[in-house]
Amino acid sequence: MSGLTANIYLLTPEFILAGLALLVLAVDLFLPDGKKSILPIICISGLVSVGLVSMIMLPGVNISLYGGILAVDAFSLFFKIVFLLIGIFIILSSAQYIKQHLSHQGEFYGLLLFSVLGMNIMVQSRELLTAYIALELLSFSLYVMVAYSLSNAKSNEAGLKYIIVGAFSSAVLLYGLSMLYSATGVTKFVDIGMILSGTSELSPALWVGVALIFVGLGFKLSIVPFHMWAPDTYEGAPLPVTAYLAIASKTAAFALVLRFVCEGLIVAESLWQEWQMIFAVLAAVSMLVGNLVALAQTNMKRLMAYSSIGHIGYILAGVTVLSTDSLVAANSVSFYLVGYAVTNMVVFAAIIAFFNSTGDDDISSLRGLADSQPLLAASIAIGLFSLAGLPIFAGFTVKFYLFAAVASSGFLWLAGGAIIASLISLYYYLQIIRQMYIEGSDNSAHVSSDDGHGVISPSGTISLPRTSFSTTLVLGVGLIVVIWLGVYPGPLLEIIECASEALMGTR
Amino acid sequence: MAAMNEIILVSLILIPLIAAIVAMGFPKDNPRPVWYFAIAVSAVTCILSVIAFVGYDYTEGGYQFTRTYDWIGDPVNISLALGIDGIAAPLVLLNGIVLLGAVLISQTIIHRSRDFFVLLLALGSGVFGVFAVQDLFFLFFFYELAVLPMYLLIGVWGSSTDFGTFLRTKEYGAMKLMLVLVGGSVLIWVGILALYAQSANVGSPTFNMIELGELAKAGAFSHEFQRWVFPLFMIGFGILAGLWPFHTWSPDGHVAAPTGVSMLHAGVLMKLGAFGIIRVGVILLPEGASAWMPILIILGTVNVVYGAISAISQHDLKYVIGYSSVSHMGYVIMGIATLHPVGVTGAVLQMFSHGIMTALMFAMVGSIYERTHIRDTNVLNGLIKRMGTASCFFAIAGLASLGLPGLSGFIAEFMVFVGVFRTYLPLAILAVIGAAITAVYMLRLLAKTFFGEADPRWDNLPDSSPLEKAVGAVFVAILIVVGVWPAPLVRVINIGVDSVLQGL
Repeated sequence: MSGLTANIYLLTPEFILAGLALLVLAVDLFLPDGKKSILPIICISGLVSVGLVSMIMLPGVNISLYGGILAVDAFSLFFKIVFLLIGIFIILSSAQYIKQHLSHQGEFYGLLLFSVLGMNIMVQSRELLTAYIALELLSFSLYVMVAYSLSNAKSNEAGLKYIIVGAFSSAVLLYGLSMLYSATGVTKFVDIGMILSGTSELSPALWVGVALIFVGLGFKLSIVPFHMWAPDTYEGAPLPVTAYLAIASKTAAFALVLRFVCEGLIVAESLWQEWQMIFAVLAAVSMLVGNLVALAQTNMKRLMAYSSIGHIGYILAGVTVLSTDSLVAANSVSFYLVGYAVTNMVVFAAIIAFFNSTGDDDISSLRGLADSQPLLAASIAIGLFSLAGLPIFAGFTVKFYLFAAVASSGFLWLAGGAIIASLISLYYYLQIIRQMYIEGSDNSAHVSSDDGHGVISPSGTISLPRTSFSTTLVLGVGLIVVIWLGVYPGPLLEIIECASEALMGTR
Repeated sequence: MAAMNEIILVSLILIPLIAAIVAMGFPKDNPRPVWYFAIAVSAVTCILSVIAFVGYDYTEGGYQFTRTYDWIGDPVNISLALGIDGIAAPLVLLNGIVLLGAVLISQTIIHRSRDFFVLLLALGSGVFGVFAVQDLFFLFFFYELAVLPMYLLIGVWGSSTDFGTFLRTKEYGAMKLMLVLVGGSVLIWVGILALYAQSANVGSPTFNMIELGELAKAGAFSHEFQRWVFPLFMIGFGILAGLWPFHTWSPDGHVAAPTGVSMLHAGVLMKLGAFGIIRVGVILLPEGASAWMPILIILGTVNVVYGAISAISQHDLKYVIGYSSVSHMGYVIMGIATLHPVGVTGAVLQMFSHGIMTALMFAMVGSIYERTHIRDTNVLNGLIKRMGTASCFFAIAGLASLGLPGLSGFIAEFMVFVGVFRTYLPLAILAVIGAAITAVYMLRLLAKTFFGEADPRWDNLPDSSPLEKAVGAVFVAILIVVGVWPAPLVRVINIGVDSVLQGL
């Protein structure tokens, strides 16, 4: 293994990212309180340069490092760029929130960068233990970030719940890993695939091992029935962290699942056909339960939590139909993840901006928003329409693509269930839109007096402060992308096609 | 001209859509500029739709103005394939006319008028799209685009109806309409995916309706498959066409909607459903269609009779028209279900005729409501004294709807009856009875509300605006022209229907 350090330069983006995180922590120590607003600028410029470095160095590269433990290929590059963009988005849309509501800004940004690093390694890993370590790097950053609002009891409760469930699921995952290792003696995905495809009869240890790995990942992804922690954690966490949980951690975990399933499981065709059914049932249950329970929610964050459980169900349906002879399923999952991430970004950016000015995140407090803050209302409305899967927005295209992939692989019933689940979701999304557009801001307009940014004018309408430049920028770019993906997704699909080829080709 | 033919359909779709985006930039407080803009845009699309209809060569038939734009390549293969046949051409024309009329009538929308016209233009684009595309993905795309704006259009600018004992709010109407229609599109979506999956099974996955039609001819879709997929389309599209027993969203929705939206919705949107049954159901699944048509024609007959009977007991002007629409869409459904050339031609002609007629009625009722703020026929009496033109136009539309010879409704209903008489005689008798009931409620309404004794309380009622009169006059002219000289429409429709029925 003389080649251990041969291609190590390919990890430059990760080294920069780690250095950047440490730099932010260090700089924070020396900054006086008034100058902290320079931190987000450092982070963003750092993330942008990491992105540029990756774009320059890595396209066309398809190499495994450390004897096949880390893959530097088009698939990981694609998702790395996605993660960096998500990181930039979170910082842009929440800088004001963090300044207003959280203390210890430096550590927050540092943790955010570490979690991005964790995700980057996760999507590159082709081996169980590496993947586990990357996942833990992500999770530990998130544990702290969820509980970041020190004075807020709910945030603390959420953090506690999250860390207990998270530690438990990590233990389950690790136990599964050890079972798998004890049965096969290997930890690389490719080797697992080879052993599985060679065995027709599964030994109990192997069975339990694989099952436990998926239970562990199920907790991380909040797949029903392992979802109970999600709504409470989403509700208690500071809003930017909620957004981050809903968008980034899910995308990263699915990227890992994609690689694991594609390299390790689908090659064992007869076994995979049995497991497909389990996946399909879990997917169906997730989408139905998530969307049905969302109907009863009155808090925006809880609603988004259940809605994201529903969307996880759709994506899992896409994972279900992965197969060796077609790229469509892999394309559709990546495509859906991008569409889901962008749309959620728009919705969350608008909700964060709304929270900054009112301090409220109940659905009923959005009443009359279309009159007082047309941009925010339009962004939330377009985002929700997109999540519900209506054209001309990204959600329609990605759903149609994914459901077509599911249906054409012989799971028409699952596609049908997913379509019905989207109908259910439309109802609660419409309820929010109704609050903003149809219910007037006349009688029960109220603004919490916590921070006094909103003022009730004599006529009873709320006059909110203008949205900040960074929020407007995020919303503008986000909306353009949402509509672009909805009407002309061709270019993105070509890129995704390359990523999927890299993913499937590494077998 | 050749270049024009290439882009005419894509412009019909894109002009309103782009205009909707442009309209977002108009000033928020001044309602007029955006209205003028919308008039200009819809006038252009109206002219284009006339060109498309007149330019359609009925001696040649088939799909014309075809053009394909690649959208997503392998492995899913979706392209924006455009083209209209003899069935779509009159409907494109219908949408062009009604859209312009609806925009003109919406002069009275002052509150958030910018948002209103953005949504209205998007809706118009969706309708053009459904009529003009030949790809199932885009058919569904535009179908949803046409349905989606309805929620806000009704919810924000609509009106609630007080029934004394209970209140039908506009929010209720909007939500009911949206959920029922999207429920229908769930079935359509599943059906589309089933067709796609089946085409993938035989080795050539495609959403293109021409290619799917060829697969259907080649026998790629088994009898069993067609038997279970056809009802998905029949009910899914049927819901939008007001098919009994899924029609209940329609009166509530029409009544709650503002005038311009009611015109478009009853006039054009319900036709999307009937069009979808022909375009997707009958063409792609001919065996399924043959198997299910007896059921469909029974449902259509119930539509006719049930809608007419319900209309009798209504005393809100808009509910009368709403139920009358349900009843008249029943003729369309019956005509399609005959699968007989005369019957189907009659159904398509009825779509056109009913579209103009019902849009005219809603426009005139809107004009009356604008001035009286009441739609109760127990209170409104003798309107002809004060609002002579509106009453007169409404009367003409009413007479067209009960099938008076010389107006368009007569030709269409007559052809439907002929088709049904030749195929399902007992149902034809029921349908004629339905037409008689239409005469009962329509004549009663005309006699009392419009030509009855004038109530002194309406002595100071101002007359309709010149604009409303002008829109009404054009619509009335169309009803009369089609009534006395239907050949230009019928010969185009005929050629389309023949090629559809050939596949059976």
